[in-house]
Amino acid sequence: MAEILLSEAEKAFIHHGVQDDLRCDGRTRLDYRPIILETGLVSNASGSARLRLANSDILVGVKVELASPLPDKPQEGRLEFFVDCSANATPEFEGRGGEDLANEICRFLQRSYASGDTINLSELSVLTGQQCWVLYVDILILECGGNLYDAVSLAVKSALYATQIPSIKVATMDGDQPELELSDDPYDTKRLNTENIPCVVTLMKIGNHYLVDPTPEEECCSSSGIVVAVSGNKKITAVRKIGSGSLHPDSLVSMLKTGSEVGAVVNTILMKKLLEEETLELSQKVGFMR
Amino acid sequence: MVDIRLASEVPPFHIVADSTEPKHLVTPGSLITKETGFMRGHGTYMQDDCLYSSVAGVVERVNQLISVRPLKSRYHGEIGDVVIGRVTEVSQKRWKLDTNARLDSVLLLQSVNLPGGELRRRSAEDELAMRQYLKEGDLVSAEVQNIFNDGALSLHTRSMKYGKLSQGCLIKVSPSLIRRQKTHFHNLPCGASIIMGNNGFVWICPTLLDDGAGGFVQNLETVPHADRQAISRLRNCVTALAHCKMMIYDTSIMHAYEASVNAGLEIKDLLLPDKIKEIALMVRKQFEMEKE
Repeated sequence: MAEILLSEAEKAFIHHGVQDDLRCDGRTRLDYRPIILETGLVSNASGSARLRLANSDILVGVKVELASPLPDKPQEGRLEFFVDCSANATPEFEGRGGEDLANEICRFLQRSYASGDTINLSELSVLTGQQCWVLYVDILILECGGNLYDAVSLAVKSALYATQIPSIKVATMDGDQPELELSDDPYDTKRLNTENIPCVVTLMKIGNHYLVDPTPEEECCSSSGIVVAVSGNKKITAVRKIGSGSLHPDSLVSMLKTGSEVGAVVNTILMKKLLEEETLELSQKVGFMR
Repeated sequence: MVDIRLASEVPPFHIVADSTEPKHLVTPGSLITKETGFMRGHGTYMQDDCLYSSVAGVVERVNQLISVRPLKSRYHGEIGDVVIGRVTEVSQKRWKLDTNARLDSVLLLQSVNLPGGELRRRSAEDELAMRQYLKEGDLVSAEVQNIFNDGALSLHTRSMKYGKLSQGCLIKVSPSLIRRQKTHFHNLPCGASIIMGNNGFVWICPTLLDDGAGGFVQNLETVPHADRQAISRLRNCVTALAHCKMMIYDTSIMHAYEASVNAGLEIKDLLLPDKIKEIALMVRKQFEMEKE
């Protein structure tokens, strides 16, 4: 993420704070910064979400289109991810600077969704072998304030929860060409089961302890960490090690355990909030004006 | 552990204005006046005999001079300001510091106090040993001595109270929120010291016991838990005041600190949007009570 300079004394202060379980802003090692969430902002996308995690700002839009399924998976639809690190986020992303980070996040998301436990892709099939729904998930990183993986995964989960896929009926077969009938009613849609979609937890190692939701200063102090994707039923679907330092196998195991517990808590609270938002009226949309 | 709010639940941060006079606010491209005979100041441009604003801010008029003071801009240095800068470059006989200004500020080798307080001419050995005093990433508190022709600031640390900063926490706010006061160094009663740089960098550290031997010795011992709590709470209070666009000076910070302690808020609760608004309102109420 963004490289910032810190003096030796500041790094020592952060190190001792982590040992003491009291970080610079008063959080414990396993606390997240406040998250602000909203779905349904982008009216011409099938589903959208905006998530703010302190300074990190992520906007996700999901568009659904009909296409032919992959030849080796004729009964399944698919998800295509695309991450764009906007140059507004931080000066390092100017020009092609953000491409590496964007590709990393994209690949990690694809891996975490690849497991069969996360999302039931056969729900997206329309006509076996011929037509299926493809969900294009576009992620725009508007501001970079540390902990991008977590923010992106939560925003994607919220956007997929809010995605409305139009109902489609298969009319009579006209020779070899089946006719697909799209419902006239814009509200006649179906939703995906997003219970088990993974949430990503970033754990960075500072000294002998690890912390959740690091700020850019804390990321600068740490040399290694892991990014773990945890699905709704506490299963780990993908793990990636970040940073150039090394990790002891014992600390790796305990980090994975903590990651899956934290991920499960985040998942429950997120699902609860998304359900709550559904019951609110449409007139209460805030958008970007605040 | 995790706090997720919906955007509609977050209260809007009203700009808590200190005075109730209506100000002439303008946005880029808006017309200020059609009358001729005015001199153009900063933040304005002339087109077809009309004066337009080029920044978003407040119109200021001094006799015939009209200028627009932007609401949010980079730091504009004045001689005598206390600033906090981070070393970005070590060059020949000078250090370049980032002070949130348009150009990196310059700290000349001859403008710093050598350790031990010696007063002598800087030699070639001093030049080669510059990195031992200050290297990239170090934080320094200094005063603006001079302004170069291109607008870059020339700083100096020729006093025992300035110098390299040790352990603590740095907060970046908008320079317009820092009030110009007699002294920018305060030892707060809650057990921490604070330096409010005019450039918007606020430094909170454990109470300085003595003035430091020329300001170059760094103390890397563990800070006690109580001090650390005071520093974290102050950091969250300053961030809350900055969020609500309130002026930051020692009185307002102490009011916010006491308000948060009296309300029984935990330090990490001060990060929540509704608690931030609560603290700002309590500080404002305190000021209104003091006025009466």
